[in-house]
Amino acid sequence: MLDKVNDILAYDFVRNALLAGSIAAILGAVVGYFVIIRNVGFAAHALAHIGFTGATGAALLGLSSLQGMLVISCVAGTMMGISGNKLHRSELAIGMVLSFALGIGTLFLALYKGFVGQASSILFGNIFGVSQSQIVATMVLAILSLAALAIFSRRLLFASLQPDLAESRGISLTALSTAFMVILAIAVTLASQVVGILLVFTLVIGPAGIAARFCRGFWGSIFFSILIGLGSVWVGILLACVSNWPPSFWITAMIFVLYLFGETLSRYVLRLER
Amino acid sequence: MNSILSIRDLGIRLGGRQILHGVSAEIQEGEFIGIFGPNGAGKTTLLRALLGLCPISCGELLVFGKPPGKTKHALGYMPQHPGCPDGTGLSARSLVSAVLRGERWGIPWISSSASGEVSRALELSGASSYADRPFSLLSGGEKRRVMLAQSLIEKPRLLVLDEPLAGLDPKNQMLLVERIAQIRKETGATVLFISHDVNPLLGVMDRVLYMAGGGASLGAVDEVITGPVLSALYGMEVDVIRAANRVFIVNSESNVTETACHA
Ligand SMILES: Nc1ncnc2c1ncn2[C@@H]1O[C@H](COP(=O)(O)OP(=O)(O)O)[C@@H](O)[C@H]1O
Ligand SMILES: [Mg+2]
Repeated sequence: MLDKVNDILAYDFVRNALLAGSIAAILGAVVGYFVIIRNVGFAAHALAHIGFTGATGAALLGLSSLQGMLVISCVAGTMMGISGNKLHRSELAIGMVLSFALGIGTLFLALYKGFVGQASSILFGNIFGVSQSQIVATMVLAILSLAALAIFSRRLLFASLQPDLAESRGISLTALSTAFMVILAIAVTLASQVVGILLVFTLVIGPAGIAARFCRGFWGSIFFSILIGLGSVWVGILLACVSNWPPSFWITAMIFVLYLFGETLSRYVLRLER
Repeated sequence: MNSILSIRDLGIRLGGRQILHGVSAEIQEGEFIGIFGPNGAGKTTLLRALLGLCPISCGELLVFGKPPGKTKHALGYMPQHPGCPDGTGLSARSLVSAVLRGERWGIPWISSSASGEVSRALELSGASSYADRPFSLLSGGEKRRVMLAQSLIEKPRLLVLDEPLAGLDPKNQMLLVERIAQIRKETGATVLFISHDVNPLLGVMDRVLYMAGGGASLGAVDEVITGPVLSALYGMEVDVIRAANRVFIVNSESNVTETACHA
């Protein structure tokens, strides 16, 4: 068994995948917890999907898809943050913008035929294809995002749980949510490199959602969220090597099994359900 | 006299509608003010304005002698709707901890002295026994206690409570009012307390702010707790009967005595 793992780890592309996957999982786990308590899951989902338009647009302009996705998600995130609390929780507003953005993506796809082959790896992830330069970019972005969170996460937690009180103490909710949405845009873009745009939910909301169900405090939730995210990515990638099935399948399957396990645990053991 | 809240000819417009106009009131340090008025009278709006959450269109509003939002003194606020993400296991204690100096930069680390403060606030509001259970699973009354603890953190000199009794049964209403009265005695805080029911606050409040039709009038309890005023407040015929040092509020239409309380 260990020999087998050693053999697998001898490959560069596996080590790269593990590294990029771990970074995306850690950032996704931390950011995801705030997504859960701020109740902006649909916005997170939309930011990832809008990335598709960025990726196809980038192909038209001759840029890398990571750059395209990053730019468009950050722009969309900023707009959601500025538009205020009500709007970025409004499923109708987000749904409208999202479908229009994806429509534009379809147009780009029609204009640039050569992209169709790449589309599947954008949609479902291609973790074994990450290059050295992508890893460097991933690492830099993740460190910047986590550093920013380290600066304002206390305010963010307060404002997420008691927005009125936070505002009355002079915190600008708009500035805070805009900053958070940009970090969320970065997190979903990095996660989409691992599992693809369509499956981002699994890394950015899945682990945090599972942890938040049974953890009573902030730090415990963050810790278990990271543990779940990292564990699923590692096991998923190793199973993919052994089985030749795609890592995105294994990672989503792992998260789903953990979700079922967590629900059972919280329902029947911890009795969190009335 | 130490005026903690000074309102002069205050007017507030929201979404093109005049919500409040010509509201004036002076509230002294340590007073317990009951705020009454029909739905939509602007009670919540007034409290939000003094927290700096809602712009003032004319007049003056000073909290501790400063415009809202500029005061350095801690205000305790209990919103009308206790908000907490559903379906998470976040405990009441974590919720209260997040409020403690939540406006600081950095990570939400809770030092041991800070967690002591959180425990004290939970104890003061009587929520200690279920502080470690998930907030989303607490009963309505328990949630109110936790929200009260949250508003007590950082020892506020002004407590702003928006309908803390809503949805509580009479016994829990009485227990919560007793708690708040005791907290006020211990901390000397000024209390603004919105309620629909007059009875639980009789004997506890010093004065009454009665709001209706966009205006407000501040008066002694005896002036406001009268048949004509309460009839207008409840929108039905109500008589106030004083006998044997007690106040009886009687619903004249159904001839039922609602509740009796010490005056
Ligand atoms: N942001 C807003 N924009 C427009 N109207 C508002 C806004 N907030 C409150 N109102 C209106 O102001 C009136 C007073 O509301 P409120 O202060 O909540 O009343 P209550 O006395 O029941 O607490 C209501 O008619 C409400 O519809
Ligand atoms: Mg109200």
